Amino acid sequence: MRRLLTLHAFLVYLFLYLPILVIVALSFNESRRGVRFTGFTLDWYRALFQDPRVLEYFLNTLVVAFVSTLVATLLGTLLAVGLVRYRFPGKGFLSYLLYIPVVVPDVVMGVSLLLLFAVAREVLGFPRLSLLTVILGHITFQVAFVTLVVRSRLLLLDPALEEAARDLGARGWQTFFHVTLPLAWPGVAAGAFLALTLSLDDFVVTFFTAGPGATTLPLYIYSSVKLGVSPKVHALSTLIIGLSAFFLALGYALGRRRV
Amino acid sequence: MNEAATPWQRAFRVLVTVGPGGLWLVLFVLLPTLLVLLASFLSRGPYGELTGPWGFHNYAKLLRPVYLEAFAQSILVGVLATFFSALLGYPLAFYIARHPRRDLLLFLLLLPFLTNFLIRVYAWLLLLQREGPVNALLGALGLGPLALYPSFLAVLLATVYTFLPFFVLPVYASVERLDWQLLEAAYDLGARPVKAFLHAVLPQTYPGLFAGSVLVFIPAMGTFVVADLLGAGRVVLIGNLIQQQFGITRDWPFGAALSVFLMGFVLLSLYLYARLQGERGLKDLV
Repeated sequence: MRRLLTLHAFLVYLFLYLPILVIVALSFNESRRGVRFTGFTLDWYRALFQDPRVLEYFLNTLVVAFVSTLVATLLGTLLAVGLVRYRFPGKGFLSYLLYIPVVVPDVVMGVSLLLLFAVAREVLGFPRLSLLTVILGHITFQVAFVTLVVRSRLLLLDPALEEAARDLGARGWQTFFHVTLPLAWPGVAAGAFLALTLSLDDFVVTFFTAGPGATTLPLYIYSSVKLGVSPKVHALSTLIIGLSAFFLALGYALGRRRV
Repeated sequence: MNEAATPWQRAFRVLVTVGPGGLWLVLFVLLPTLLVLLASFLSRGPYGELTGPWGFHNYAKLLRPVYLEAFAQSILVGVLATFFSALLGYPLAFYIARHPRRDLLLFLLLLPFLTNFLIRVYAWLLLLQREGPVNALLGALGLGPLALYPSFLAVLLATVYTFLPFFVLPVYASVERLDWQLLEAAYDLGARPVKAFLHAVLPQTYPGLFAGSVLVFIPAMGTFVVADLLGAGRVVLIGNLIQQQFGITRDWPFGAALSVFLMGFVLLSLYLYARLQGERGLKDLV
């Protein structure tokens, strides 16, 4: 039984890593077409770094990810605090609203944002589809995730700690900055990390909300796949895989140090 | 924070904390949802603009066989992807949870998952090509080459590959909380291994199984990217139809009706899940 489980696990891990290994191998492959290995080369990496467009898409991706993560983390953390601490009219409704971006398929989310921007253009004259609309779309799904992550962290906190701060004469904002926020910090960091990952990975919402000049790396990969791939995309994918591995390993190492 | 505060102070605090995020959700989640609902009752003008007449005609159009078939295919992909994720993921969750280096194994499970979604789908396109490695292997075994791409099978395979961690993680959380004493008790009472598992272990993992199924089923039936890249027009799911209406076809009202339909279906699935699991189950999903 144990042997069977081990074999099964081994096969599943093989299934998980085989596609990634194929892409990495092909990024060093001389042959332009097909999946047969003909010899080792670094030409595709050279071609990638000499392509000014790829750099532009890379910067677009980073700008979208960092700006949206910053805004969403701020809004989501505040919203989580408000939802946990206070009673107010419409609280239940707002909690339901939070789940919509989490459960609704991203196609639906993408087209509803597209429709919103189109109607806003008719009525207000803006926004044109651009990098800005992509950022607005990303913040929208990120806020929901950040709020839920931070809220679950806040619900775990001991209310006695805040009471103690108040008993010692702390004002509302002092309690918040000296007690609540430091205690909730792991939740905020986890929420921000999740938001960043979701933004870097997002294709669908970006696809529907991006205008000309707002191409991100996922959009570039998609159009290359649709139009016939140059092995440059393999090189780019390998770099992305390497970076993801690096950051995940970093988070993993930091997490182990804390425990 | 609340006792000493006047009503005005309290209102101000709610406004500062809930205000910005709440306003954002109303503007960018509630409003677009209402607009989609509204648009689904309108008609398409000659230039793809939204005009009258109002009516249910877009919903009537949904019942045409070609669209019903896409809907059936979406459900089929969702159900099969969930089934195969369970087949691969359920034993794996046990293996990881019982392993001394489980954090490393979890790390290795999540690593492919953190590489861009499109790259993961595209990798299967490479693997399944006529001259690709999978066909080379099948050829060596005397079974191929087969036309694996584009096909329904390719779509299913890549869907399972893409969403597998969604299934493993909730099951893993269930296994971690398992009370193994029940299993020992079952053995002490003379149960055979299979029976002992079915009665003492499986029921304890139902929450994880249900959560994992929902987390795979919904994105699997709702995605358009996998079918777009690996089905190459042969596999059309609801998501692909929606994308077409807002893209090439420019029939936004019909696309909106499809979206409302898909949203309704997702909410119904979640409602059934909540009935199975109780309120807490929904909170566990996130």
